[in-house]
Amino acid sequence: MSLLVFFMIHIVGDPVDMLVNPESLPDEIERVRRDFGLDKPVHIQYWKFLMGALSGDLGNSYIFGRPALALIAERFPATLELALAALFIATAIGLPLGIYAGLHPNKWITRLIMSSSVLGISIPTFWLGLMMIIVFSVSLGWLPVSGRGETTYVLGIESSMFTTDGLKHIVMPATNLALFKIALVIRLTRAGTEEVMRLDFIKFCQARGLPSKKIVWVHLLPNILIPIITVIAIEFGTLIAFATVTESIFAWPGLGKLIIDSIVNLDRPVVVAYLLFVVTLFLILNLVVDILYAVLDPRVRLDGEK
Amino acid sequence: MKQKLLKPMGRVTAVLIWLVSSTSYLVADDLKVALAAEPTSMDPHYQNLTINNSFATQIYNALVLQDVNQNLIPGLATSWKPVDDRTWEFALRKNVKFHNGAAFTAGDVIASMERAANVPNSPSSFATFTKGKQFEMVDDFTIRVSTEKPYPFTPNDMSRISIIDSAFLKATTEDFNTGVASHGTGPFTLSKWLPGDVIEIARNENYWGNPMEWDRIIVKPIKDGTTRTAALISGDVDFIERVAPSDLPTLEKRENIEVFKSVSNRLLYLTLHMTDNPIKPFVTDKNGTPIKSPFKDIRMRKAVSHAINRQAISDRVMDGLSSPAGQFSPKGYIGYSSKLTADPYDMALAKKLIAEAGYSDGFKLTVHGPAGRYSNDTRILEAIAQMLSSVGIETSVETMPASVFFKRFARGGPDKKPEFTAAMSGYANGSGEPSHPLRIFIHTKQKERGYGPGNRNGYSNADVDKMIEDGRASMDVEEGEKAFIKATEIAMNEYALIPIHHEVATWAAREGISYENGALDSTFLHNIRK
Repeated sequence: MSLLVFFMIHIVGDPVDMLVNPESLPDEIERVRRDFGLDKPVHIQYWKFLMGALSGDLGNSYIFGRPALALIAERFPATLELALAALFIATAIGLPLGIYAGLHPNKWITRLIMSSSVLGISIPTFWLGLMMIIVFSVSLGWLPVSGRGETTYVLGIESSMFTTDGLKHIVMPATNLALFKIALVIRLTRAGTEEVMRLDFIKFCQARGLPSKKIVWVHLLPNILIPIITVIAIEFGTLIAFATVTESIFAWPGLGKLIIDSIVNLDRPVVVAYLLFVVTLFLILNLVVDILYAVLDPRVRLDGEK
Repeated sequence: MKQKLLKPMGRVTAVLIWLVSSTSYLVADDLKVALAAEPTSMDPHYQNLTINNSFATQIYNALVLQDVNQNLIPGLATSWKPVDDRTWEFALRKNVKFHNGAAFTAGDVIASMERAANVPNSPSSFATFTKGKQFEMVDDFTIRVSTEKPYPFTPNDMSRISIIDSAFLKATTEDFNTGVASHGTGPFTLSKWLPGDVIEIARNENYWGNPMEWDRIIVKPIKDGTTRTAALISGDVDFIERVAPSDLPTLEKRENIEVFKSVSNRLLYLTLHMTDNPIKPFVTDKNGTPIKSPFKDIRMRKAVSHAINRQAISDRVMDGLSSPAGQFSPKGYIGYSSKLTADPYDMALAKKLIAEAGYSDGFKLTVHGPAGRYSNDTRILEAIAQMLSSVGIETSVETMPASVFFKRFARGGPDKKPEFTAAMSGYANGSGEPSHPLRIFIHTKQKERGYGPGNRNGYSNADVDKMIEDGRASMDVEEGEKAFIKATEIAMNEYALIPIHHEVATWAAREGISYENGALDSTFLHNIRK
């Protein structure tokens, strides 16, 4: 992975052309190239990078002159916060609507839900983001257009989700980001509900005269949750890794903006560090999913726990 | 079932309504500004980059300041004069204090010059402006700067270096980013910087110049043009830079919004390869066999210039946001020649010149350019290609990301020579001295002397070279400028470059705010007034 990115960026262009002011003296380009170690052959640069990476040093950003990992760590909380809010919105809206659609496949509300979910999947994020800005900020004046709101420290974590101002700022970008996921969750939930409701044990429950509330909460939900959690967890990874479009439109100070600028300016240390970070994130999420399986599904638990 | 599911939905709606109803109000003397980009560092000596430099002027001062048209005006130096052929003397301003209370003296100047040239890992160093200069402290409020040869632009160079408190000579870039060392003498003090999020500056109550009107200025970087416009209309911010051309009519129509426009010194130009060495694959005959560059012949360069309909580009491609150009400087700017105007569109003349030069059978040409670097760059190039095709030069366009373009433009060819035959690029004079574009683009390429680093087409005229060199060695600045204007006239009449247009820079603000704009397209916060 790192090898691929490293060499691809090397082929594309020379970061020095993007950095050095054209009015500089001629020896300035060579000076910068020397300082950044770009005068050495690319395989030696890669070797130095690997040696650094083994000791946890992924190099300094060419543009900011600061460690690439520190830059990512600095922006990550904003993106994580946005992704969590989007995930919350996606499940809070998608799950009940999906269950409803699954329970009442022939009602007109179901048709409405399902056809709007098609829109949710097919409308481009950036267009919808701009429309939301025009409606909720420009015309109605309800919500701020861009940026992150006031942040506070709760339990030692800096977050904007605990202030009114912060919540107002996050509603639009989070909803924008969540829209595709809402549609996804609705569809998954509906499919799961329809499938499980046909199974014998639900029929037995109904035959026993259990209230429908209890059937949904105790018998249906745990059974449909397993595939949904798998998908949501992976989708959470993509929310963090690919929130770029939403972050650009709403000027959200997260990783997306950093990575776009870094790619444009060929800031190789940051791009490589970011991709390694994303790979690690997906690995961790997969691990979390496996652990959640065991918690939710007794059949997957290890024998020793019996 | 339906009701049970709708109940939580009702609660969510209630929360949403509560959220949006508690609107916040602006504090009276705070100004909120949305900029298209943000500085890469708060260290004024870290990187010689336009956005860093324009922001640094808010926190720091240089010895010499530049006004909106880059004329030199007194800063931390009240006056300057040459004392002999190689030495400039600067009289420093008295009773100036840094934000931390330290008094400003000549020692701070010496320290600043030393630090500016030696910031570790600088991506573009300020050493360019200090190299070859000796700094001497005459007394606490007098500095002498001497060079090996006569050099008239020492005051211009001094306008590029922010003066810091000598106590921070050894401070790191990180110290400036966190605010520990960021104490200048400028009109504002740095309160807060959250990269990618917000920069806050507050009025410096002890500023030596005219006091600022705003208590605080809050700067938000918003990269997307449409989002900037929306932020202004909705009242999130009071002032924006770089209005997206498509949003401009909407903003101009609104009653409570004011728009500011000015012709900037950012020039878009076409460069045409004019030597036989080497023969490049981007000019071919009709069968695709590479031929010698036709643009060695001045008539062919002139034909290209007359074939371009600059007014049509301005009207239809740029939405009126460009001004046809015939030289480096826009009107009213340093180095401007009143004798040079943009070549009028004249297809008949272009065809006649092409026939005279013996190319009436036509040939094929590829023009190259960056995509997304300058306003509408790809569309401009496509328009030019069509115009050239209509006079018989069968032109195709190839654009690429800036990071790819500039490497190939500078040294993508064999032997690390410039790769392209015809290319479009941009230029803006950052230094405010009139010889700058001549030294970079017009003078014969002489790498070791620092001449012609941007001369990628092989233009060379010994007379022009001499005028440039003589002007740069004369301590009489006014005589020098005359020589540079003469050199510009000769070079432009020989089509050393084909100027296309100067971009028009735009800003917009809510009613009641004014902006003093000039030839620079970057934003200077201290020029935003009530």
